[in-house]
Amino acid sequence: MSDVGVVEVAAIWAPAAAALLALLAMAAAALDGALAARGSGLPATAGLSAPVNETARLLRQRRRVTVAADSLLWRAGGGGLLVAALLMVVVVPLGRFTLADLPVGVVWFNAMDIVVWAAVWLAGWGPNSAHSLVGGYRFLALALAYELPLMFALTAPAVAAGSLRVGDVAAAQDGGWWYVAQMPVAFLVFCLGVTAFSVWGPFAPPAGTDLAGGVLTELSGVDRLLFLAGRYALLAAGSAFAVPLFLGGGAGPVLPGWLWVLVKTALLLSVFVVVRRRLPALRPDRFAEVGWLVLLPLVLVQVLVVAVIAVGRG
Amino acid sequence: MLADLVFWGLSVVAVVSGASVFRVDSMARATYALAVSFVAVGAALLLMRLDYLGLITVLMMVMEMAVMAVYMVMFMGMNPALMPMSMVHGKRAAVAAAVTVFVVLSGGALLVDWPARRGAPAPDTVAALGEALMGSKMLVMMAISPVMIATMVAGIAVAAPRGRYDRFGDDLRSPAADPQRGGVGR
Repeated sequence: MSDVGVVEVAAIWAPAAAALLALLAMAAAALDGALAARGSGLPATAGLSAPVNETARLLRQRRRVTVAADSLLWRAGGGGLLVAALLMVVVVPLGRFTLADLPVGVVWFNAMDIVVWAAVWLAGWGPNSAHSLVGGYRFLALALAYELPLMFALTAPAVAAGSLRVGDVAAAQDGGWWYVAQMPVAFLVFCLGVTAFSVWGPFAPPAGTDLAGGVLTELSGVDRLLFLAGRYALLAAGSAFAVPLFLGGGAGPVLPGWLWVLVKTALLLSVFVVVRRRLPALRPDRFAEVGWLVLLPLVLVQVLVVAVIAVGRG
Repeated sequence: MLADLVFWGLSVVAVVSGASVFRVDSMARATYALAVSFVAVGAALLLMRLDYLGLITVLMMVMEMAVMAVYMVMFMGMNPALMPMSMVHGKRAAVAAAVTVFVVLSGGALLVDWPARRGAPAPDTVAALGEALMGSKMLVMMAISPVMIATMVAGIAVAAPRGRYDRFGDDLRSPAADPQRGGVGR
């Protein structure tokens, strides 16, 4: 696989990649619906249709309007999550095939997850509602704590592979230990970052029920649908990016590379969906100290170890 | 041809959204108009195959604008930032300065007899940039970094309402008296 390298496919395949991302996001939402149904005492299968039902409901719902809303920024923020997720998967190689084989693919992913900062805050700012705005600021408070550890977690595989090209990072794991085993701290911090920029699980307080829904408070109809779909899409895109970075890319027995990428993505994605109900919410004001005093030093030591080994290997 | 069109399109977006920073009446719109302007510049850099610089421009500027939103409520008393407000002050002097600078810069760009290109771009611009920053310019970077960090720390220290004497008492030995405890048990 590595001898062939990564092939850039024509841009006409972009809708297929988008459809694949949508499929993964739908599957994650269905799994979440099933878990929710089981949690409330119903058979799990009753919740499988949750994403379809919710989509149908929201598409028919009339849009709620608030006084003096900044609609332009509100819509930009609400749709921004989905756009960021779609742009993220552009650099993820599906086995041997990728839409854009950028020499700085890792930085591209990082830039897109920064766009989420803007999107969530704008979604909180737009409706001119106190709860939404507090939600937006909660996200920024969390972001200031998770982003630097996430950046260094992205650095570690790039340093080990000696390249910022996503395909090179995946190829560097061929025949050796995957980076998830070589640099577990970086992988865990990366997973934390993915759940955080997806406003998911322990990082959901920006959209918390204690805030009447936070950034979601005033979102209704198709705007709400876009935002919720964007969260799942970000979760899926983050899982997909973990595959070339930490999980050996398309490496695996019997199945073709592209299928392995999908299988690994789906597995990691389901872990993210399942842990949502298992972990407590993190308070943004307290997590700041955890991020800077615990996560950042840990991941810096991880990068140091990786860098020393990379230099030692020459 | 297509690249030319995209470049001009991005340039128009960059200039128009940059100008609209001064036309809108809300801090949020001004902030993100500036962000859009920088994203267009970053995309133009991508078009020139300066991938790393282009993406870092997008990354840094969007992040910076989001942090600006934090400063909006952190340091601006009475939160005028959350109300409609004019984005300009000292109009006459500012307009004069802006027009002068624009004329000088654009005049320079158009009138200077630019030399023909010597040499070719490095095959790997990212590596070349890294070599330049970490090699011959390392001393500059090492000198600038502590100065910048010191500026930031000093700025926060001056602006923060509560210092270490408020937190730890006059002898700096008491347990921290914070309105909210931090996340690592202090």
